[in-house]
Amino acid sequence: MKILVCISNVPDTTSKINFTDGDTKFDTNGVQFVINPNDEFGLTRAMWFKEKQGATVHIATVGSPSVEPTMRKALAIGADEAIRVNAEPTDGFFVAQQLASIIKDGAYDLVIAGRESIDYNGGMVPGILSSLLNMNFINTCINLEIDGINATAIREIDGGKEKIATTLPLIIGGQKGLVQESDLRIPNMRGIMMARQKKLNVIEPVEAIQATQDTKFEKPAAKGAVKLVTSVDELVELLHNEAKVI
Amino acid sequence: MSVLVYTESENGKFKKNAFEVASYAHEIAKQMGTTATAVSFNVSNNEILGDYGISKVLTIKNDTLSTFNAKAFSSSINQAVEKEGAKIIILSSSTDTKFLAPILAGHLKAGYIPNVVAAPESISPFVVKRTTFSNKGFAFSEINTTIKIVGVSNNSFGVAENKVSATIENFNPTVTDADFSTKSIEIDKVVGKATIADADIVVSGGRGLKGPENWGMIEELADVLGAATACSKPVSDLGWRPHGEHVGQTGKPVASNLYIAIGISGAIQHLAGVSSSKVKVVINIDPEAPFFKAADYGIVGDAFEVVPRLIEKLKEFKAQNA
Repeated sequence: MKILVCISNVPDTTSKINFTDGDTKFDTNGVQFVINPNDEFGLTRAMWFKEKQGATVHIATVGSPSVEPTMRKALAIGADEAIRVNAEPTDGFFVAQQLASIIKDGAYDLVIAGRESIDYNGGMVPGILSSLLNMNFINTCINLEIDGINATAIREIDGGKEKIATTLPLIIGGQKGLVQESDLRIPNMRGIMMARQKKLNVIEPVEAIQATQDTKFEKPAAKGAVKLVTSVDELVELLHNEAKVI
Repeated sequence: MSVLVYTESENGKFKKNAFEVASYAHEIAKQMGTTATAVSFNVSNNEILGDYGISKVLTIKNDTLSTFNAKAFSSSINQAVEKEGAKIIILSSSTDTKFLAPILAGHLKAGYIPNVVAAPESISPFVVKRTTFSNKGFAFSEINTTIKIVGVSNNSFGVAENKVSATIENFNPTVTDADFSTKSIEIDKVVGKATIADADIVVSGGRGLKGPENWGMIEELADVLGAATACSKPVSDLGWRPHGEHVGQTGKPVASNLYIAIGISGAIQHLAGVSSSKVKVVINIDPEAPFFKAADYGIVGDAFEVVPRLIEKLKEFKAQNA
């Protein structure tokens, strides 16, 4: 089985978000970048398929050379080979077209992407890929088993779970649950050393459309001070008469 | 050239978010000088959409579409788009819709913007405001393609009544076996209980509750309020509560009218995930808990004392206001 894990390079979850250039760009100053958490759950599940079922695992990222440390980390965790598309990931549609080209050329059986990246939250790359490539697709996937060409997955739905049967080739939008938080791996020294020897292929982008663009950013309005109360009577009264939510 | 809106349903009835997206579609149609058409699956009371400004409903009655299937639903909506010559498609931000929307976007070569929180800034160019960086910011996003897909954030635009008379038209899209290449085998869903996605009130517990055995009072409080229950990330990582209850940046977003956080200190990732909630209440023993800075109302106190008293008070309140 040949697996491609799509990795997005995102600000660490603890990052404070600021904008620059007249609020037209995300301010990367002082921001630590990491593997998108939803992608990391998928990468870790891919490692399981590698170790238990002999899968080959490649990773792909669309981005400038600045994303390579994040890609090296994915290699240190255990991916076999990496592909970087040398272009700014301007929007989900553009990224999906780049990845579609890689998937077509690489004949992957399973493509694992995250449900969404935690920076721009588009949540569209795996779904668009499934349309462009006519592959089966399961989103918000929290469990995945593969047996030959048959796949059984569980996806999260509002208020519960749904079990789904399908076949490879398959694309999933993964998230926590695919593996547990405690299953995530911190690269060890051996992994880091080996990652340096692994192939990180850089390819130029294919011609693609950009369907959307962010023209301006804004931070949420500052919050007023909290109203501290001492009794539950007062709280219920405020929620009823002032906030009007009960 | 109309605006097309997909109105979600369950067990033959529209979901609450259907009326919000219908209202949104009406607003866009008004700004563009056109009308809004809805597409619904296996719903009997389609006329009700007229209350929210929908002048035509394409109603699909098909037993094979009684359970949501992203590919088959996407294909059906795609056919409705073609039939109507729709250039703008309005959807919700539910888990199902976020599954379906990108498939549709890929087929239609349409720009798709999810998590939209307000009516368009402008129609030409087409610019909408959306949340980004997991609710730590907003972006104004322009869609460049001929067909545009807008995903409206839950409980953001709100429901607006605009009574018109809706024409109901039967619509029979072609669905084939290939549309069901992913097959639902089993759905495990709590019935009759509010879900985090559509509850008006969410009651959420954190590590301050010390253990899963203490969730009884959280559930009771939620019961009294008709609320959904949620939890912080450490609580779900520790296995005290199911993952589906985890709210925050890597969990579910919350956009309820009222969010009550009990024993949750308020890590930046958690605050981001719940920031779209309109009113936030914090109950925490630690006055320095960061959540107090992000909350509207707070009680500094021991949850094990405050919550039982709050339950009693709310029961009294409900009895008086029933």
